[in-house]
Formats: sequence, C-alpha cells, structure tokens
Amino acid sequence: MFHYFIGNLGHLFVITTFVTAVIASFCYWKATVTTDLTARQNWIKNGRTGFLVHSVALLGICVALFIIIYNHYFEYHYAYAHSSIHLPIHYIVSCFWNGQEGSFLLWMFWQAALGIVLMFTQRTWEGPVMTIFSLVQAFLASMILGVVIPGLSINLGSSPFILLRDALADPIFKIQPDFIPADGSGLNPLLQNYWMVIHPPTLFLGFALTLVPFSFCMAGLWQKKYSEWIKPALPWTLLGGGILGLGILMGGIWAYETLSFGGYWNWDPVENAVYVPWLILIASLHTMITYKNSKSALAFSMILVIGVFILILYSTFLTRSGILGDASVHSFTDLGLSGQLLVYLLFFTVAAIVLLVMRWKEIPSTDKEISTYSREFWIFLGATTLCFMGFQVLLPTSIPVYNKLLEIVGVSSNAAPPANQIEFYSRFQLWFAVVVALLSGTGQFFWWKTRDKTKLKQELISSLLITLVFFVIIILVGEVRNPVYMALVLAGVYIITSNVKVLISVWKVNPKLSGGAIAHISIGLMLIGIMFSSGYSKVVSLNNTGLLLNKEMGTEFNRDNLLLFVNETRTMGGYDIEFLGERVEPRNKTGYVKRGDIEPTNDPFKVVATRDILFKGERLYNAKDTFEIYPENTFYEIQLRKGEKIAATLFPRIQLNPSMGGILPSPDIKRGVVSDLYTHVSSSMNRESEPEWGNMEEVKVKIGQQFFVNDYVSVLEQVERITTLPGIVLTDDDVAVRAKIRIEGEHDTYYAEPVFLIRNRSEVGRIGFEIGELGVKITLLNIHPDTNEFSLGLNGRQKDWVIIKAMEKPYINLLWIGTGLLMVGFGVAMMRRFNEKV
Amino acid sequence: MKKSHIIGLLVIAAAIAIIITTAGDASSYVSFDEAYKMATVGNKGSIHVVGELKKDPAGNISGLENSPDNLSFSFLLVDDNKKEQKVYYNEPMPPDFTRSEKVVVIGSYRGNIFVADKILLKCPSKYQEQKLNAKV
Repeated sequence: MFHYFIGNLGHLFVITTFVTAVIASFCYWKATVTTDLTARQNWIKNGRTGFLVHSVALLGICVALFIIIYNHYFEYHYAYAHSSIHLPIHYIVSCFWNGQEGSFLLWMFWQAALGIVLMFTQRTWEGPVMTIFSLVQAFLASMILGVVIPGLSINLGSSPFILLRDALADPIFKIQPDFIPADGSGLNPLLQNYWMVIHPPTLFLGFALTLVPFSFCMAGLWQKKYSEWIKPALPWTLLGGGILGLGILMGGIWAYETLSFGGYWNWDPVENAVYVPWLILIASLHTMITYKNSKSALAFSMILVIGVFILILYSTFLTRSGILGDASVHSFTDLGLSGQLLVYLLFFTVAAIVLLVMRWKEIPSTDKEISTYSREFWIFLGATTLCFMGFQVLLPTSIPVYNKLLEIVGVSSNAAPPANQIEFYSRFQLWFAVVVALLSGTGQFFWWKTRDKTKLKQELISSLLITLVFFVIIILVGEVRNPVYMALVLAGVYIITSNVKVLISVWKVNPKLSGGAIAHISIGLMLIGIMFSSGYSKVVSLNNTGLLLNKEMGTEFNRDNLLLFVNETRTMGGYDIEFLGERVEPRNKTGYVKRGDIEPTNDPFKVVATRDILFKGERLYNAKDTFEIYPENTFYEIQLRKGEKIAATLFPRIQLNPSMGGILPSPDIKRGVVSDLYTHVSSSMNRESEPEWGNMEEVKVKIGQQFFVNDYVSVLEQVERITTLPGIVLTDDDVAVRAKIRIEGEHDTYYAEPVFLIRNRSEVGRIGFEIGELGVKITLLNIHPDTNEFSLGLNGRQKDWVIIKAMEKPYINLLWIGTGLLMVGFGVAMMRRFNEKV
Repeated sequence: MKKSHIIGLLVIAAAIAIIITTAGDASSYVSFDEAYKMATVGNKGSIHVVGELKKDPAGNISGLENSPDNLSFSFLLVDDNKKEQKVYYNEPMPPDFTRSEKVVVIGSYRGNIFVADKILLKCPSKYQEQKLNAKV
C-alpha cells in the first residue's frame, strides 16, 4: 500500500519552508529600511511569524522524513536508497542525513535554531541579521524544493519525498505501477559507525554557525554600524570555531576507525573543503579579538568573516556538484543541483563584495603604525599565515574547477591534483604550522599591551630555555632524527611553554580569561601528536614469510602486507601473530561467533548454532539456538602474543554489501598509552567461488583408529544408523549411516559427520562434511561389514588465509588529548565573550 | 618604507611562490603513450591515467594476474586511446577491484611496465543504477 499522505504532507512542508523564508526575509528587510517606528514594529512582527512558521514547517519535514524511514516506506526513494529493514535503530538516524537532501535539511535545521535564538536575544540587530538568515534559508530550501518551473522545464531542487517510481526508470513500474520493494538497499556500510551518527550534525552545526558572524558583518556594513557588529558576533565565532573544528576532527577519528587508508587525514578534496574555511575562521576570530582590544584590523576582520562564509558555500559547491569527479575517492553524485548551487554561491559572493566595496571608504581604520612590540602585530602576522595556509590547500583542491572553466572557454585542460596528496600538502602545511606556532607563542609575551623591554627579554629567555630542555627530552625519547620534524616539535613545545606561562599568570587574575591559553596549549599538543603519529607511523607487517616475490619486478619493493594462514604463528613487530579464523557478529549480544559453529538458514540474517557458543568464557548461545547475525560483516580474529601472554585480540572487519557495490575493510585498533597498533585486512579469501580441493586420499579405518587428514590427528569415533536427515525424506527402504570423526585442530576439537546413504536398495549417495577452518573435507566412501572397516575419502585444500597490513601510530593520544583540550579552551573563551558587557 | 609595505610585499611574494609550486607539483591526466614518452625523456613524476580493465568479448576481465602470495597483482588497463598496458600494483588486489567500471592509476613507467603507486576505483554507484534489485 502506498502511503501518499505522509509524502504529500512532507512536500507541502517543504514548499511552506521556502515560501515562509522568502516572506520572512522580505518582512525583515522592510523592517530594516522603514524609518517609521510603528511600521517597523509591524514588519518585525510579520518577519518573526514568517520565520517561526518556517521553523515549524522545517521540523515537520524532518518528522515526515523520519516517519518514512523509520516505518520502511520503500515506495519512497529516500527510504529505499538509504535504509533497510535490518538496520539497527541508531543507524536509522544516520539514514536521515545519508542523502544530500537530508544533509541540507540538517543544515537548515541548525540555522533555524540559531535564527530563533538570535531573534530573541539580539533586538537591535534583529531586522538586518534575520533578513540575511531568512534569505540563506530560502536558498537552502530551494535545494529540496522538488518543483518543476512550468514553461522552462527547470527542476528546482530535489525533494526527499520523491516516490521510488518517479526516481528510478525501472521497467517494473510500467508493468506494476504500485510495486513496492520488500527491502531497501541499505545504508552504506562505511556509515554504519557511531561517529557517523554524531559527526554530520556537529559539522553542519559548525557550517550553520559561520552564518552568524557573516550576518552580523553584513548587517554592520548595511547599517553602517561598522564596529558594533564585532561584539555580538565574537562569541558565535568562537562557538563556530570550536564546533567546526570538533566536526572536522570527528570526521578524522571516523576515518581512522573505519576507513583503511591507514590514518585520520588524507588531504582528500572533501576534507580540504572544510579545513580551509576553518583556518580562515580561526584567523577571523583572532583579528576580531584584536579589534576589540586595540581598534585595529577592522577591515581585515570583515574580509575574513565574509571569506569564511563564502568558502563554506564554495566547499558545498565543490562537494555536491559532482565537479570533483575523478579527483576524490569519495564518489559524489550529481543531483542536478550544480546550477542552483552556483547561483547560491555567486549571489552571496557578489552581494558581499559589492556591499564591502561600496562601504570601503567609510570603514574606520587607524593610521597608526602597529608596534612590533604589540600583541596585535603578532596576531596580524599569524592570521595572515593562516590565510596562506588555507590558500595553499585551496589552490590545488580547485584544479577540477579550473579544468571546467577552461573547458567553458574552449581550452582543453588535463591538469590533475598532485599525485601524492599527503606528501604534497604535508610538506607545505607543516612549515605553515611551525610559523603559526612560533608567532602565536611569541605573541603571548605581549599579553598586556606593550611591555617593558628588559622584562620582556628576561621572560623570553627563560621561556626559550624551558622550551629547549623539553625539546631535547622529546627528541631523545621519541628518537626524532628528521630535521623537519624537529622544527615542528620545537614550535609545538614553544607554543606550549609560552602559553603555560600565560595560563599561570592569567589564572591568578581570573580563570575565566584562560580560554585562549588553553586552546593554544592544545594546538601545541596536537602538532606534536600529529608529527609522531603520522611522521613516525611505521608499517610493522613487513613481509617475513620468505615466499617468492614477483620475479618480473625483482625484489625492489618492500612488502607491507602479511599473509596469515589460519592457526599458523608468524612474528610481526615484536609480537607473535596468529590468525584464528573468521567470525560473525550476533545482532543482540556482544561478542564474536566462529563461522564454523553456525549453520545458515534460509534467512541470511538468521543462523543456527551447531554447538554451545562461548565468547571470552561467557556462554552466548546453546547448541541448536537460532539467533540473528549481521550477514554483511565478517571479522578476522587475530591474536597478538608476547611470549605466552596475549597482548591483544583484534577483530578487523570486512563488510560485504553487493547492492552498495562494495567490499569494505575496516581496521581494528589496539589502543595503547604510547602508541596504537592499527590493523586492517587488505585481502581475504573469495567465498563466492568454490575452493580448489586437492586429490582425494582414501583410507580404511576401524572404529577408534587414528589417521591424519591435512596433517591433523583424527579418530573415527563411531558410526551409527540414522533415521532422519535434514533436507532429505527417508523411506523405510533407505539406509543412512553417519560417521563421527574427531579432528584435533591447533586450538580446538572439531567433529566431521559425513553421511553414507543407500536409497531404494541400489542408489548410493554420499554427503561429505567440510571443516572450513581446517581446510578439510571427509567423505564416507564405503562400509566393509566383513572386516569392520570403513573407507574414508580425505580432501585437503589450502588453509583459510587473510592478508593484513598493520601499522604502529606512536603518541597518537596526544592528538586526541589536544582535541579535547581545544574544546575546553574554545568553551572557556566563548563563555567569557557571551558574558562580556562591553 | 613602512612596515605594512614590507609585509604587503612579503604577502605577494609568498602568494606567487605558492602558485608556482602548486603549478609545478600538479599532476596531469594523460594517455599511456604520453606517459611513456615522459618516462623516456627522464620525467619521473607521477601522472594519472584513466582507463578500463581489459575485457574479452564475453565480458570477462582478462590479463589479471595475482602474485603467488596474493600480496601484489598486475592487470591490463585500456586507456581512452584504446592502448593496452600492463599495470603492476604492489598491494593486494582491492576486494572490489573487478567490479570497477573505471580505474584511475597514479604512478609512472618503469621499463615497459606501468607501476601504480595508487589506484582509484570508480565503482558503479547505486545512484546511477536505474534498475531495482527487486525481490518481488
């Protein structure tokens, strides 16, 4: 049955949000330009009503879309494309923003929430600020409008409420227009991770927060309140800096835990697209603080604040228009919104620049030369360096855009982004980071305006000495030999030392002022953490199997991957490492289940236990229990030992989701105080094709007699007549006999139970028994009643294997500690600015 | 000269330096023939080549060779000019390699073999799929 109502309601809400946003913007604009006080009050009232109705309708869209996903209404494309029946509840939430439409919704949702807060807290700024807010909301709402403009046949926006039959041109809809698929195609396995539940909302809140300073800045220019806008905008900028930074880092942690490229940052265009605005945002908040303190750098602040917002729009355009194409490992889909996104980008770029140019002459500036001994001077240099840092990333990231532009002019260009992104960007960004750290470390000495020069010298020298001591200790303990990395460590230690000094002196005065110092200390920690974890990331799975290397290529290649056969111990990175077999994950219990301990049923999500299932000594299931699993996921149990002691048991994962077109490996990480051991599967056995069995070996054994199969000690324990056989109906004339053979594996005892069958007194059937983990197949070939012997057919094959890659990430915890501390710093600074009176 | 002028000049110089180095480090999309020419004149830089896996008339991928220990593999890639080239990759075969529609190899020639440092796979995305995997 089609649930038309909810979709139509949702679409009605979509149209309402667009219309009300336009209305609210118009009313607020009228309120701003009207001089008559009563009229202004009325327009404000109308604007408020418009924006509130807009927000309610927006909430309505979210609820409607959630109902569709939650109830699995697969007649809707959004539910079909992004969810499935078996998806756990908490991931249903991530389905919501899995699609582009949903992520636009999330963005609008945050902006509406911020808009409402500003509406009730910023009475003097309400008119102009909300004009801009509503206008931005209108542009975003147009992205999900899903309306065809009559006459022009232009599709405006892509609605999340589109029916599957309208979205896909599948022939089945011609035959059966009311066809509803039984299940959806599911959520991309990579996104089935808890970080993906919280990372997108955080990032989009960060995006939304950049609109606040932008709106205040525009309002200031428009209303000729050139300096007053800084005060209300500053705390929001700080909040934005913290949230956007947190969102970016959450993405990094997600990548570290889920993707298998071996790190947390890949300099992929998608990452760059948010990294650049964040850098400029940080620059802008520094110049805004400078302005508050010394009335300098006002115009610079305006340019930066506008720049941040434009860059957010630009990054939206880059990542959603499909223009990145081959340049990114993330595959983006073109929803046909490129034109609309471009209009959105150009509208605000042009409007902001025109307004800025018109008012440029009137913006107050100081003619006073800034003193080298002032904090402002160093902040200014730091902000400029941050801009360069962003520029250096933005330039190559935009290469696909240049190609496109040249194509429009008629020139064919084949430029590609630098081949080794990580190496290319790191080489530059590292030095920028050094400069920024040195500048901000030095700037701290000019804390209370210009200081007495002799005292300054003393402080500087003592700081430098402390820095040197810690620098030498770190270099020696961490065995840093690379001069470039040394520079980074030095800069990191310097920024920490000088800010700890500031922190101590500020704390005595007023702890509420300590936000900046805390944030800078954490930057130093993060720099050192990044240097170690990335610069000294070491492949520990170097090949030591002694197997033949590729003859053609000679031996010039280091082999970074390790081939592990099941139950065979190898050495790696100071550990004994052993692959213990494939595991599956039960849906309702924590733990892992051996693949050999379960039997499949007709439902891929349900299996039957063939024996009692224990995990870490705890009984998960009894034999014959039926339970649910996640069939997409296979885990590879890998044990690391130091001597006899088990150091860690890792379960790197492979997810199979054919409808998503992917086989996706995710790492497992052994976390340590000093370093992480990061392991992922690079290749595994293909389970789809039949394995190649060796030639059958025939043995004749009696009950209780020992024999060898694939080098495992085995015993024929018993042979019994059976009356039932799963899947086969036995008549009274049939004879079925089952043998029970015990096989001693390395860690476990296995039983093989082949069956010998005589049907209708003449037809002989044999059902062999396979033990996948040992690579063994046993068939009961014949029974010799005269000698009490049984003929067994033994087949062996290559044992199960897996190829892994393992890396050591030293001192990565410094990065995470730094991240946490950075948030504390931003929080403290933000509270101070929110509570500030002047 | 005022300090702000000096800073201004430094800013411009730095910007130009960044543009020049970016231009110098930018790679390019080329065909195998061009890549080979570049290698013979001593240009060791990495380049991008876009192509498709070689398929026999029945649509099966041909020329795919795994190393005996499965730790590396080589394959035949046909570029846009229909030139066929053996590509070697020193990593295990990515699990979804054979499903990919288009392969971007980033690397350079060593002798007659193209050695890829990195492979980007363009897999058939579910969005482009206009067919349902319908189980009625």
